[in-house]
Amino acid sequence: MSENRSEPETGIPAVDASGLPDHVSEAEVLESAARERREKLLMFVTNWQGLTGLILVLLFFASAIFAPWLAPYEPNTLDIPARLSPPSLEHLAGTDQLGRDTFSRILYGGQVALKIAAIGVSVALLVGLVLGMIAGFGPRWLDNLLLLAFDTVRSFPTIVLALAMVALAGPSMGMVLIIVIVTSIPQYARVARTATLTLKNTDFILAERSLGASTIRTLWHHIMPNVVGPLMILAAMDVPVVVTVEAGLSFLGLGVLPPTASWGTILNEGYLVIRDAPWMVIAGGIPLILTTLGFTFLGEALRDIFDPRMGKGR
Amino acid sequence: MLLYLIKRLGLSAAVVCLVILVLFSLLYFIPGDPATIALGPRATPEAIARYAEKMHLDEPVWRQFVIYIGNVLQGDLGVDVFSNRSVTTIIMERIGFTLALVTTGMGWAMLLGIPLGCLAAVKPNSWLDRITGVLSVGTIAVPSFLVSIWALLIFAVHLRWLPAIGAGEPGEFGDQLSHLVLPAFAIGLSWVGYLARMVRASMLEVMGENYIRSARAFGLHPRKVVFGYALRVAILPTITLIGMGFGGLISATVFAEIIFSRPGIGKLIFDSVMARNFPIVQGAVLVATSLYIFVVLFSDILIAWLDPRVRESL
Repeated sequence: MSENRSEPETGIPAVDASGLPDHVSEAEVLESAARERREKLLMFVTNWQGLTGLILVLLFFASAIFAPWLAPYEPNTLDIPARLSPPSLEHLAGTDQLGRDTFSRILYGGQVALKIAAIGVSVALLVGLVLGMIAGFGPRWLDNLLLLAFDTVRSFPTIVLALAMVALAGPSMGMVLIIVIVTSIPQYARVARTATLTLKNTDFILAERSLGASTIRTLWHHIMPNVVGPLMILAAMDVPVVVTVEAGLSFLGLGVLPPTASWGTILNEGYLVIRDAPWMVIAGGIPLILTTLGFTFLGEALRDIFDPRMGKGR
Repeated sequence: MLLYLIKRLGLSAAVVCLVILVLFSLLYFIPGDPATIALGPRATPEAIARYAEKMHLDEPVWRQFVIYIGNVLQGDLGVDVFSNRSVTTIIMERIGFTLALVTTGMGWAMLLGIPLGCLAAVKPNSWLDRITGVLSVGTIAVPSFLVSIWALLIFAVHLRWLPAIGAGEPGEFGDQLSHLVLPAFAIGLSWVGYLARMVRASMLEVMGENYIRSARAFGLHPRKVVFGYALRVAILPTITLIGMGFGGLISATVFAEIIFSRPGIGKLIFDSVMARNFPIVQGAVLVATSLYIFVVLFSDILIAWLDPRVRESL
């Protein structure tokens, strides 16, 4: 595994109290770790893509969390006389067919996107991590069975599977979450599995096993910390996908339901009046692009710094 | 090669069977009477009775599945409960539109993206390389359904250069072609970026190899070296990318068909979801997913045929 994640507690078996070889002192180890951290930070700060990504991501979080204070209007206040008015100082992004302020609705739509992304990505990451470690560490038949299951889920084009599920269960925010989680688990699980397989036969794991550590302890204390790094990078890259699936389904009227403001529902309402009020589909799309750009840049920068070998140029 | 072929085919067949199983059992994940769930609350009692009879709902579940999979293998995807027509026939009427759109969209992206990636790799840090870099990041960041909406807004609504909806008059080639331009542009755009980046990255790697240096030392024309020797090896990861990404392409096609009202498989699934016509959803999703599985299979076999190292790995 890459050097940056060889933290003291993972690399060294806890034989004596300090766990260090004789010729290095604890201070030296700490100093070297601190130096490495400084180098990584410098690499990140000098990477303009990474910084842009970080700023956009922070903007995404801030605008969603502080939407109630930032929004000039309530997202669902009707103002029929001012319906379909073009962008002005009063309404920065114009109003929709019910006179609701598009800019405020976009800010509140960010909350939906953030909620789906936060819950969806973290649940998928956790489940994928556990399943992947089981597949990598468990018996061969279980590995094959899980691989087949992942392959099956991955063979459905995301939106097509989503349509089939919504066809039966009906649209709702919970359904969007289920779809997002189910479709992203396999990629986390696959990465976790590959990393576990490579770790399984390394010396420190063999040493740990020969010292009599239980499977659970080995997985939790020694494999997991080494696997979780690449998964975090994957998670950053996955956020745009999740946000796009939510917006796409809501755009089709099969995700978050009106009157809840979501970037997808704004695009849907804008699509219906595209001839009279083009500003709605323009304004509704911009946050989607900025979020995608932000997380992609951030994910790529993190990957370049922490894991240069993981996929080039993708 | 034969062994690889057999293993790979077996895996795909297993995945297709599992996909059928998933589609079949979706109905049973939701509590309630399957026929009522499949057809929605507004279905007439006659339609429900007809569906129950068609799907042999009075039989035990495992027998229903055996009957269903038997029918699917014979090409019988069930009957549309509203019009009583064969689902297979309905899908066959539509699939041509989808295939035309997918191949045109992917086609123009490949014709533009692959040479762009090659040229960018031949002269790194040139103005062409920079433009390609910015272009690829820019196109990847915009979700395809947003490209569809914005293309509709700009070229059909605002500039009125191209028709906005439909697939053109049957039999009139020019008319059909003009209806194909915008959706094909929308689903292909992000692929130009993907392909250019991918080809550039693997091309840069290959250009450093010894055999390329030898070819150059022999005095071969640079164009011959790049397109005749380097591209052959550099294209391999790109083929995998295209195969794996085909699912995303299908998702994009679903959106493009809905936004431009093109009568393809995606529009069919969407309309059937809206009308709560589950037999058609089930059949069309199965066809779309099988198409994806087939493309991945085809790309894998193509790579194994081109690159002997891959054959050993499965």
